[in-house]
Order: sequence, then structure tokens, then C-alpha cells
Amino acid sequence: MKNNWWKILGSIFLLYSAVAGFLMHVPRLPILHESIRNLYFHVPMWFAMIFLFSHSVYFSIRSLSTQSPVDDRKAVESVNVGVIFGILGLLTGMVWAKFAWGEFWSFDPKQNFSAISLLLYFAYLILRNAIEEEQKRAKIAAIYNIFAFPMMIVLIFVLPRLQDSLHPGNGGNPGFNMYDLDSHMRMVFYPACAGWVLIGYWIYTLRFRISSLVYNQL
Amino acid sequence: MTKFALTALVWCLASLSVFAQGNEIEMADALRSNGKIYIVVICVAIILLGLLIYLFRIDRRVKMLENKSTHKN
Repeated sequence: MKNNWWKILGSIFLLYSAVAGFLMHVPRLPILHESIRNLYFHVPMWFAMIFLFSHSVYFSIRSLSTQSPVDDRKAVESVNVGVIFGILGLLTGMVWAKFAWGEFWSFDPKQNFSAISLLLYFAYLILRNAIEEEQKRAKIAAIYNIFAFPMMIVLIFVLPRLQDSLHPGNGGNPGFNMYDLDSHMRMVFYPACAGWVLIGYWIYTLRFRISSLVYNQL
Repeated sequence: MTKFALTALVWCLASLSVFAQGNEIEMADALRSNGKIYIVVICVAIILLGLLIYLFRIDRRVKMLENKSTHKN
């Protein structure tokens, strides 16, 4: 229990964000209406994904110097969980876009580039699984991951800002913090992000421990 | 006297029916306010709680397997 406090903390954050996310005061805005509450559920998916991919690239870099299969497995399991959060972020974004922008997929730069960056990570997983020999696999996967990470950052956070985008914070649009004038939303938004990051990391540790069990059996 | 009691009774019943018409039959109103959004909140909280408990149970099962495999090695 002493080592599990962060799992309980993450659970409390999530439950708090679900209850307060529906009930707390939000600004009254045209077009968005109550769907502004999606901020507490859609955006934390991306926070969790970015956290897990950063974690993964850290262990990829480490595995190049340590040559340890443990670091390699940490990197790949982190991507495995991060990709799930990315897919969830994309799907929730599509639903929100339908009711805020009018289409599920309006080929907005933010949507296109986040889908492409997910494809980068699918390619990483397929590439890694295609190589039989363990040492070679670890090295190639690590190097690919080190290239994929900055590309993902550029695709999601830099390129959409340089084009016309409907997404808040891009294409000259104000970010969401503009709407949150009385800072009420932050009181739910930050715990929601922290909670999803913690739960995402927890799922990663489960996957990593199971992969260690499988690895040691063989 | 009986006539008075009867009219009083009729008046009472009449006012009751008026009362009933003005007030639709709703009880335990706290959970039905705001267009019943609280019901959705409860459902989402139950789903989250269930999934989190499930995660804790998977965690415990993995720990059990880990203990088993360290004993074997």
C-alpha cells in the first residue's frame, strides 16, 4: 500500500474530474455551450499520450547506452499504452468537432497531423515486431523512436500553429485559457490531466510487468 | 353543522386538487434538478469506479504471478 499511494491519488483525481467536470460552473459561450466540459476529458488524453511517449523516448535513449532489454521493453510498452490514449483523443476530438465545427473530420491541420503522428507510432510498433533478432530489434526500434518523438511534437504542436486551423490555440486562435477568465475550469482541468497521466502510467507499469513475466518465462 | 362540515370538506378536497395540479408529481427532487444531469454523473462515476477497481484487481493478480515466478527462479 505504501508504494501504491499514487494509484489511489490518480483514481481520486479521475473520479473528482468526472463529478466536478459535469457539475462545476463553466463559462457560457456560443457554439460550445455545455460541450466546453469536454476540455476535462478530451485534452487529458493527449497529456497522457505525450507523457507516455516522452517516457518511452527516455528509455529508448537509455537502451542505446545500456543495451539492456529491460529498457527496450519499457520503451515499447510505454508506446503501446500511449497509442491507446492517442486513439481515444482522436475519437473524442472527432465527436467534439462534429458539434463545434460541423464535421467529424474537416481535414483540419490539427486533426490531420495528430492522425499522422499516430501513424508514426503504429509504424514503430510494426517495425519493432517485424525484427526477429533481439539486439538488432532493440537498437533499430530505439533509433526509430528517437526520430519519431520530435516529429510527433512538431506535427502536433508546431505545424498546426502555422496554418489556418479551427482548433483552439492554433492558427491564431486563442487557447482555451482565454475562455477561462475566472480560473474555475483550471480547478478541474489540472487534476483531470494529472489523474489521466497517473492512470496511464499505471496501465503502462502493468503492461511492463506482464511483459517481464512473459520474457522471464521464455 | 353537518352542512358546514360538508362544505368544508368539499373546499378541502377542491384545494387539494388545485394543489396537485400546480405541482407535478416529483419527489426526491435533488437528483432530478438540472434536467437530471446528476443521474449521468452517478453513472459515469460508477463506470470509472468499476474500471479503477478492476485495474487494482489486475494489479494484484500480476503481483501474485510475480511472486510465484520469483519463487520458481
